[in-house]
Amino acid sequence: MSSPAPSVSGRRILSLWLPALAMDRWRLAMGEAGSALDAGPLVLIADTAHGPRIEALNRIALEAGARRGTMLADARTLCPAIATAPADPAADLAFLEKLALWGRRWGPWSAMDAPDGLLIDVTAVPHLYGGEQSLLADVARAFARRKLAVRAAIAPTAGAAWALSHYGPPDAIVGGTGSSAEDDIARALSDLPVAALRLDQDVLTVLRRLGLKRLGELGTIGRDAIQRRFRNRKSPAANPLIRMDQLLGRVPEPLLPVVQQDMPLVQRRLMEPIRHRPLLDQVLGDLAADMARELEGRGEGARRLEIGLWRVDGEVIVRRLELAAATREAAHICRLFAAKLDDVDAGFGIEMVRLRASWAEPLALEQGDIEAAAEAHGTSLAACIDRLTVRLGEKAVSRPVPFASHIPERAQRWQRPLDPEPASQGDLPFHKRPLKLLDTAEKIAVLYATPDGYPKRFRWRGQVHEVARVEGPERIAPEWWRERGSARLRDYYRIEDDTGRRYWIYRLGIVGDGRGGMPDWYLQGLCA
Amino acid sequence: MTQPDLSSLPEEALHAIGEDVAALCVRRSARWRPGLAAEEGKAFHNEVFASSREGAGAGAALALALDDWRTTPRGETDEAEDRRGILWVQTREAARLSGRPYRAGLPEDVRHRVIHVLADKPEDALFALEEGLRCRDLAFVIGEMSGNPKALDFTASRRLTLVSQKHGVPLFLVRLDAGRDLSSARMRWEVASAPSPAPRWNTQAPGDPAWHAELFRARGHRPGTWVLGDGGGMLVAHSSTRQDASNSVRPEPVEGLLFSSVSRMERRPTLRQAQGERG
Repeated sequence: MSSPAPSVSGRRILSLWLPALAMDRWRLAMGEAGSALDAGPLVLIADTAHGPRIEALNRIALEAGARRGTMLADARTLCPAIATAPADPAADLAFLEKLALWGRRWGPWSAMDAPDGLLIDVTAVPHLYGGEQSLLADVARAFARRKLAVRAAIAPTAGAAWALSHYGPPDAIVGGTGSSAEDDIARALSDLPVAALRLDQDVLTVLRRLGLKRLGELGTIGRDAIQRRFRNRKSPAANPLIRMDQLLGRVPEPLLPVVQQDMPLVQRRLMEPIRHRPLLDQVLGDLAADMARELEGRGEGARRLEIGLWRVDGEVIVRRLELAAATREAAHICRLFAAKLDDVDAGFGIEMVRLRASWAEPLALEQGDIEAAAEAHGTSLAACIDRLTVRLGEKAVSRPVPFASHIPERAQRWQRPLDPEPASQGDLPFHKRPLKLLDTAEKIAVLYATPDGYPKRFRWRGQVHEVARVEGPERIAPEWWRERGSARLRDYYRIEDDTGRRYWIYRLGIVGDGRGGMPDWYLQGLCA
Repeated sequence: MTQPDLSSLPEEALHAIGEDVAALCVRRSARWRPGLAAEEGKAFHNEVFASSREGAGAGAALALALDDWRTTPRGETDEAEDRRGILWVQTREAARLSGRPYRAGLPEDVRHRVIHVLADKPEDALFALEEGLRCRDLAFVIGEMSGNPKALDFTASRRLTLVSQKHGVPLFLVRLDAGRDLSSARMRWEVASAPSPAPRWNTQAPGDPAWHAELFRARGHRPGTWVLGDGGGMLVAHSSTRQDASNSVRPEPVEGLLFSSVSRMERRPTLRQAQGERG
């Protein structure tokens, strides 16, 4: 119990629960047209394999005996007058996402708690509203104005805030920071049902059978006993101890913010750790130029820049720079950082340098001399490929990628140059392949000992080659699942002629395979 | 190139700076060898003449390019891993004659880098080569053109040299079945297949590729003949005594300021062969 609680240190999380999100959204979407239906018992239904099921319902339907999750037919036996409308969970989720963005008016960071909740980090914000009570009042007012039912709670951890908003008293606030925070939370939440731990239904059943109904009771039977029973449960939703620790802030609980802003970031991993200032200046110059280009691509300028220097011995040195106005001028950035890097101790060397613009603002693009920039730095690969495809056509520029096939000409495909490479099995190193493959294998006349002797001499493009050395055959069977039954096998030979020219040839079929007469020979590849 | 571009100066200017001519002579007498890029920097514009009946041209060009690429010293401030691509430009005629690059047959660390351009006309191929040389994300550019197309005249060649030097992307242009025409390439090779060394386990099988390579024009090096081969991922060269240039057209004697030094060299074949034998 006395373990340190770093994650609790002063954080305040606001949890919002919209208990009737689907119904409220339906009302807002329908407007006046829905009010007639809403005056009577109304349910939103989803179609399942066993018939329509109730997903959401209004107060009148609830009083009439319908419940969420029951089948519509069952509810109709209790209340024949029940009206229905289709539920739309996808739209509900989209609405919740918009709400999460809107909810940032109370804090800089918000996360969705699907299907019907929001978590907002309000750390160091409440004083702007005149305290946490006023903040909650403001939340209630704002949601009432939007005609949405809401329950809100503020607590030091997301778990506790969630528990309070769902099962606690309305507008609950659990305060306390520092060492007493854990006890405060434990005390405030001890009367809540175990369902407040966000557990799966089967775990709740187990706890109920054990006679553990309240959060406070979990602590009475000893941690070891619970640990033993749930030792195989690794997922937080299946293990009450993990949930309890998250709730008390003993273990951190990562949350996914709604809008993740990626910051412009450039880095250099260096081949040799650098220890001297001139080299560092040069790397900084390169990084600043990269950063300027990156920012230019986004139409932004940097207001705050962080440079991180990773030292070989594990130290990381970070220097920050704030700029008066958004800029993306590499020379300017270098000059400003130069003063900040004077006291850097390189130790055994710096192996990685990273520059990050943690705050960037839109900065209008200026018309530079486009051609001059390309002249000075060269074009990027994407620009180069764009220029090539515009002049030569889409098909002219391509990249060879492997394809799962035994037939050599099928084992390679051409795809657009910047598309990701498909996964492949990899080649066997003992399968020597030629450097170049002819578009279509060319027929050659070969002198060889039938039925399957080595080639001795062959004529290709009107010239006779004496075969000096041979390796083979490598037999490649036809792909029977794709080709017709009459397709013949191929015996591949790597050969070298008397002047050292190396080729890859094959014999199509074998004498007496019953798929044609004498086999033909083809030259398919030129080896390096 | 950090050294001054002496041979593009008129001859009077060369006489005027006598000591530089001496330095140039010393430099010219140095023989080419694999891995020279580590000391002298990359050769930016290379031509490899080969027959379209064999894969020697592309194979040797790729081997020379990889040799330069691997041995070029990397600056201390460069990114540790070179992830740049390789542009491989072919005219349709060259692709028909000698085939297209086959991924499974390429060296292991080249396979995923190759970007292939198939150009209908030589003009398009020249455009693609020049665009590739301008691109900072390419390690080198390989071109394959067949014959002596009209578009590839001395002006086009000079243009490629200048672009390549300016942006630091080397070009290896394979000339299939071509005569030795005018060109401003810094190194010009004539390549043919050579019998390969016998593999260790199956002496009847073809071994690692080997090529007869004749460096018949180079700025800064003596011409010479070698047998190039693959020595465990590195290019190795043995000196060769092979004299016959297989099926190439002898160069026309070209007079002019730009080529004075070259043509002087080529008009004395006996001297060249003697030098080739000595090393």
